[in-house]
Amino acid sequence: MGAIRSSESQAPERQPDVSSPLLNVSGVTLQYKTKRQIVTATYQVDFQVFPADRFILLGPSGCGKSTLLKGVGGFMSPVEGRIELSGKTIERPGPDRMMVFQEFDQLLPWKTVIENIIFPMETSGKYKRQEAIEQAELFLAKVNLDKFRDAYPHMLSGGMKQRVAIARGMALGPTMLLMDEPFAALDALTRLKMQQELLQLWDDFRFTVLFVTHSIQEAIILGTRILVLSPHPGQVRAEINAHEFTHENQTSAEFRALQQRIHDMLFSEQVEQTRTAHHGE
Amino acid sequence: MASSEPRLSPPVREEFERSPRAVGEIGEISRSLSWWQRIKDITLVRRLFILALLAGLWQGYTIWVHNPLLFPTFTATIDAWWQALVHGPLLLRAWNSISTLLMGYALGVAIATVLTTLAVLTRFGADFLGTLTAMFSPLPAIALLPLALLWFGLGKGSIIFVLIHAVLWAVALNMLSGFVSVSETLRMAGKNYGLTGWRYVTKLLMPAAFPSILSGLKIGWMFAWRTEIAAELVFGATSSSGGIGWYIFENRNELETAAVFAGLLTVIVIGLLVEGIVFRTIEVHTVRKWGMQR
Repeated sequence: MGAIRSSESQAPERQPDVSSPLLNVSGVTLQYKTKRQIVTATYQVDFQVFPADRFILLGPSGCGKSTLLKGVGGFMSPVEGRIELSGKTIERPGPDRMMVFQEFDQLLPWKTVIENIIFPMETSGKYKRQEAIEQAELFLAKVNLDKFRDAYPHMLSGGMKQRVAIARGMALGPTMLLMDEPFAALDALTRLKMQQELLQLWDDFRFTVLFVTHSIQEAIILGTRILVLSPHPGQVRAEINAHEFTHENQTSAEFRALQQRIHDMLFSEQVEQTRTAHHGE
Repeated sequence: MASSEPRLSPPVREEFERSPRAVGEIGEISRSLSWWQRIKDITLVRRLFILALLAGLWQGYTIWVHNPLLFPTFTATIDAWWQALVHGPLLLRAWNSISTLLMGYALGVAIATVLTTLAVLTRFGADFLGTLTAMFSPLPAIALLPLALLWFGLGKGSIIFVLIHAVLWAVALNMLSGFVSVSETLRMAGKNYGLTGWRYVTKLLMPAAFPSILSGLKIGWMFAWRTEIAAELVFGATSSSGGIGWYIFENRNELETAAVFAGLLTVIVIGLLVEGIVFRTIEVHTVRKWGMQR
């Protein structure tokens, strides 16, 4: 369902059922343990991701958006609520939810670029060697890195490494792609380019992606729908449609109005808090 | 900032635009290094130079002292070494040492691998290995030799036992610290691929921790050699299966000092060869190629 396939045809082979959610997160509370205490990262969060969504988790740092993504990734289980993918509860990490991390060291340094893409395809048992090579080469070409096929990750720039990570995530054909601020550590020019490329890839393959960011602008440009989370512990503040906005119209009045609206949503509480604090004195 | 003084502002200058020149016009962009610079960049050449320097110092000093019984000259040592190697028992002795050593080393590394694998997969394994390493790593291997002789008798069995002890803890400690320092992102990537258990350790942790594992293997090799020679010196040899340690011991008794030096030289040469060829080749084809180590 919604899996990425290698066919060059622009339209998907079979239309997935768009009317029912692919990912269902209901009443999820996530906690993590530090040395001294148990911290609640998110509190009773609900959201649903539909096939071909570019679903954004947006919030300030400390709102638990990355923790939420780890929950969907299967790296931690909720203390309350349920996370279901295609109707099945998520219990452990798996290649049906390929992750793209923020850190550049996510590629295996002992494998070449192409081997990095092939490796998860083979270990998952979904592909035979020859099939995997063809599919990996296709996606490597899609992210414009076919020249670096046999290079090792340490020879690549940060942006190139992230491109390989995206190709690796997509080549396997996961049910859903999870991206944890993948462009946050890049310079502004590279980031812009990567955003455009990701949108182009989505236009070609119509995959489902769950994308974490703290940049309002990035959320509006990349997302079809944005989940705004309030800070500490993360609670759902709003769900907003952003499918109309791209790089082209980011100077438009509507874009800026939406940007301002989200900005106010994220920062109004803080202002109120400081105001009441002042009154209290 | 004092407000009374006029505030500094930069002068406004003319703008300009230029189009870059073609590369051909600029001329020399890269130049190849001279042969002397290239030779100086070869590590082997620099190392050989140091060896030659040491040999020269040795020769000079021993000629000046002139006491072949206590300190034979470099040339006399080389001569004795060559004689012992070609006509004497040194080659056989060296082989005896190396074959025992390899067996003990391989067993030690294998046990270390199993223990560290258990240590990263289970909490009990981690506690178990931690406790054992803390207990046994300060214990010199030679101190176990009397006990080993009691258990395994005079022969290979005893040496292999102490060799395992010498290798095991050093390798396990390094391997574990390598596993522990693998970045969280790589771990999550591995789990994301669906790797678990033994596959997770062999396909992800081991290559990711390879720099530490390699240095553990090197230290283990060094410890193994020391223990091997020392053990042979302590209890000599059984019939014809004596090693280099026994060769050194034998020749000291006969006051063949040049041959004692030849025995020591053999240990050094084997050490240099293993370090310079075996470990270096592994390093070049792994950690250096992968950009984990310069």
